[in-house]
Amino acid sequence: MDYLLELFSEEIPARMQKRAGEDLKKLVTNGMVEAGITYESAAVFTTPRRLCLNVCGVLEASPTLREERKGPRVGAPEKAIEGFLRGAGVSREDLVVKADKKGDIYVVEIVKPGRGAAEVLSEVVSEVVHNFPWPKSMRWGASQMRWVRPLHSVLSILGKTEVEVVPVQVDVPVGDSTEGHRFMAPGRFSVSSFEDYEAKLKAAYVMLDPAERADMIWHDATNAAFALGLDVVEDRALLAEVAGLVEWPVVLMGGIAEDFFALPPEVLQSSMREHQKFFSVRNPKTGRIEKFVTVANRETADAGATILAGNQKVLFARLSDAKFFWENDLRVPLADMAAKLENVTFHNKLGTQAERVARIAALAREIAPMVGADADLAGQAAEICKAGLMSEMVYEFPELQGLMGRYYAEAAGMPAEVANACEQHWQPLGPSDDVPSEPTSVAVALADKIDTLTGFWAIDEKPTGSKDPFALRRAALGVIRLVLENDLRVGLVEQLDRAINSQPWKLALSGALLNIRNQVSEAKTKLADPNWRGSLLSGTREQLEADLPALEIATDNSSNEYQSHISWLAEAPQNLLSFFHDRLKVYLKDKGIRHDVIDACLAMPGNDDLTLLVKRAEALQAFLNTDDGENLLQGFKRANNILRAEEKKDGVSYEGQPDIKFAEAPAEQALFKALTEAAPSIETALKAENIEAAMAALAALRAPIYTFFDDVQVNAENQITRRNRLCLLNEIREVMQKVAMFSEISG
Amino acid sequence: MRGAKPMDKPQSFQDIILRLQAYWAGKGCAMLQPYDMEVGAGTFHPATTLRSLGSQPWAAAYVQPSRRPTDGRYGENPNRLQHFYQYQVILKPSPPDLQALYLGSLEAIGIEMDLHDIRFVEDDWESPTLGAWGLGWEVWCDGMEVSQFTYFQQVAGMDCKPVSGELTYGLERLAMYVLGIDHVMDMPFNSPDSPVPLSYGDIFKQAEAEYARWNFDVADTDMLLKHFEDAETECAAILEHPADDPKTGRKIIMAHPAYDQAIKASHVFNLLDARGVISVTERQAYIGRVRALTKMCADAFVQTEAGGVSQ
Repeated sequence: MDYLLELFSEEIPARMQKRAGEDLKKLVTNGMVEAGITYESAAVFTTPRRLCLNVCGVLEASPTLREERKGPRVGAPEKAIEGFLRGAGVSREDLVVKADKKGDIYVVEIVKPGRGAAEVLSEVVSEVVHNFPWPKSMRWGASQMRWVRPLHSVLSILGKTEVEVVPVQVDVPVGDSTEGHRFMAPGRFSVSSFEDYEAKLKAAYVMLDPAERADMIWHDATNAAFALGLDVVEDRALLAEVAGLVEWPVVLMGGIAEDFFALPPEVLQSSMREHQKFFSVRNPKTGRIEKFVTVANRETADAGATILAGNQKVLFARLSDAKFFWENDLRVPLADMAAKLENVTFHNKLGTQAERVARIAALAREIAPMVGADADLAGQAAEICKAGLMSEMVYEFPELQGLMGRYYAEAAGMPAEVANACEQHWQPLGPSDDVPSEPTSVAVALADKIDTLTGFWAIDEKPTGSKDPFALRRAALGVIRLVLENDLRVGLVEQLDRAINSQPWKLALSGALLNIRNQVSEAKTKLADPNWRGSLLSGTREQLEADLPALEIATDNSSNEYQSHISWLAEAPQNLLSFFHDRLKVYLKDKGIRHDVIDACLAMPGNDDLTLLVKRAEALQAFLNTDDGENLLQGFKRANNILRAEEKKDGVSYEGQPDIKFAEAPAEQALFKALTEAAPSIETALKAENIEAAMAALAALRAPIYTFFDDVQVNAENQITRRNRLCLLNEIREVMQKVAMFSEISG
Repeated sequence: MRGAKPMDKPQSFQDIILRLQAYWAGKGCAMLQPYDMEVGAGTFHPATTLRSLGSQPWAAAYVQPSRRPTDGRYGENPNRLQHFYQYQVILKPSPPDLQALYLGSLEAIGIEMDLHDIRFVEDDWESPTLGAWGLGWEVWCDGMEVSQFTYFQQVAGMDCKPVSGELTYGLERLAMYVLGIDHVMDMPFNSPDSPVPLSYGDIFKQAEAEYARWNFDVADTDMLLKHFEDAETECAAILEHPADDPKTGRKIIMAHPAYDQAIKASHVFNLLDARGVISVTERQAYIGRVRALTKMCADAFVQTEAGGVSQ
């Protein structure tokens, strides 16, 4: 048997259709299978007005289930037996006696008869329709139902040659009929199978399968463009969206007036895509966007001429607006645009956008030499990097913020590095976005993100749980990727400390404190003068006397607030560094670095130098994957365990310098020798930050350590020998921990 | 074959309004007149805001002059105006054939269904000042937005039960499209064959420039701020009066007079906004204050007979 379900409604938002189809399929088929109705295959289709599910090879009825339930033993108290009968819903005659390990017991066979597919489907589909996981759903009229938009009818048929309507509990008609295209084929018709349904829909100008619609759109659009020697700019997201806006796609190509060719191509594309859902058509010879493709939802007697003319007119108006913005913006000097940032509040505790830009510029200058950029260029770029935000074009098309910044900087004759930085300093915008590599861009991008992070850290607005309104996780990941992918050596804490102390909230608090202290001292001076009476307008002596205690409390509060802010600022850079470390762990985990390896490197000094940190982690993970590394780690664990146990027992720590003259056993002497030889090369390698070489030098200790443990009894009778051996183990632990915190490694 | 014949094409702005009136009157709507206060959109008319609350059925249509001071362009922009007209239809509960009814209204104003591409494109509506939201679409005709189509879900923070269907036509834009006019000021207001043919510009161009100047540069902001506060105070004060009227001995909750004050506060806020004296952070606070007023009025309205309480 096959089951066909269609939920026919008013227009479903394009962006929700795909997910809704997947949910419908999953929920209905899961419900069926749970109730014992299996099936062979299921497929789902969506159009703007319908969700359709076709399930083939549906089991006619679920199998009868027999379950043996064990009861009390024979001879158990009557009450227990009665309780069992009640619980199982059977009578005494149904009981059978069976032998069990502990003797004879009562047993009953419970039979769950199978249920027909129609009955199950009716239940499952009703349930699914009433609890459908739409991202946003609504009510309509006086109905109690919820759906994404008003539901009009349900087609629900089950069978093979003969079909029956499976009832669904909804307050709209349920049957074997549906409607075709809203305009081209109005009216209802009945269907008897999926094939019949699909064919009749097609005859009624509805192409059921969204993939088929998308293919047809792309095929017709590229063909039409090809005929003119042009290319359609590929845009899969737009294609999927447009396929979700039409039931009967008809591709129409229109021209763009030459007046608009001077606009940046991105502006044309954005304007057409966002507002009109048009595809851009490019002339490969000129690189310009010269035509557009729109997709209508119908055929017309005039072959779409009216529709195309209308669309063209709307586009003309939109592009005229864009051209107007573009030309207006080009008339405004970049510095004037940047000056407008003074009127924009970034955050009420963090000042205006202009103040923020000044901080970014100062920071960019500091960072510039560390990333190989020219400080003046970086400063200059930072000063205008946000100017584009004040352009009319970006106000209209926020998604073009970076790009327009570049265009306006170029138009103003800025150096290429500066123009690039205007665009690239926003990057990376996400884990898969490109990371800038030009030094000027890198300096400004880092300064921008560090200012954002330290600003919100200063006022204790950190992300919590799923809430990250200021996108601070993204900013931190941006810093991490900028540093790592450019192989930069930056001591983050110093930069964070500098940046956090230039945040304005501290100044605001101290100003407020000063202000209120002045008020108190003024009041006290006035009251100290016995002749001072004050006035009704500015406050009388009585009023001031009454107000003074409140003022003093306010002074205390203000002072406390300032003090606690100062102490928070002192710890905030470290706190922010741990936030970076958390993001770094996520980032490195995705790159396959083990959690404990990261911890072993985070516990080392200099952990605010992310490049070194990652180099160390990579070297350590590689080392641990070698035989030497694996064995050395075991040796370390053994030494560490012995030391910890003995140190605990003796209540001392064996940090003294071991002496080779107390070394009795040859293996002990050999280890002394190996250590003396390895230590300087490890030291040298570490100084040169050559972690691999340090690891290689450590590897030389593997064999002597093993022989030592095999041949030598650490806890010797002789206390001097014992102490010397423990100190030797400690020495080994120390040397190894200089390379990485091996104690953090598991296994 | 559906669709109007070419000779049926409307000739003027007012022709379109008259056809909409005739169409919706024919569908049983009460033909209301514009509300006699300055509002930002047809939704502010109590016939929509208040009547979409409570359980009483409702069907009304009306033209509403609307003012958005920030949109003033001195009468120069082809389709931006600080004073414009909306056509508003409100049906409660929303009938099952609302989409078909709406499409019929487009045919009535001369849009030939067989030649055009009409689409319902997702657009969720929200009014922070009214504490209202709904789901629906903007309706496109050949890529041009011609109406807003919304199923109200909440108004003044209250669930709409039953749900009202609201249709809003931007009359100037729609008429320009139907009449094939590129600049609003060139649009014939009455028939071009009239003894005194008047264009939209003849009637509004001068006023648009005057209001633009006043809205942007002249309106006395201190006074407006005071107006805002007065309206806010009066709104609350009206509703604080006990329901029992000592003079008539009847229960009279004054929801409508209070709501007038909320409308007033909202418009004054729009004026202050156009004068550029409201910062981004203050903006939210002002919107919150207007929303609080609307909420109080709505709470009061649902205690009245029109709001569904049987007396």
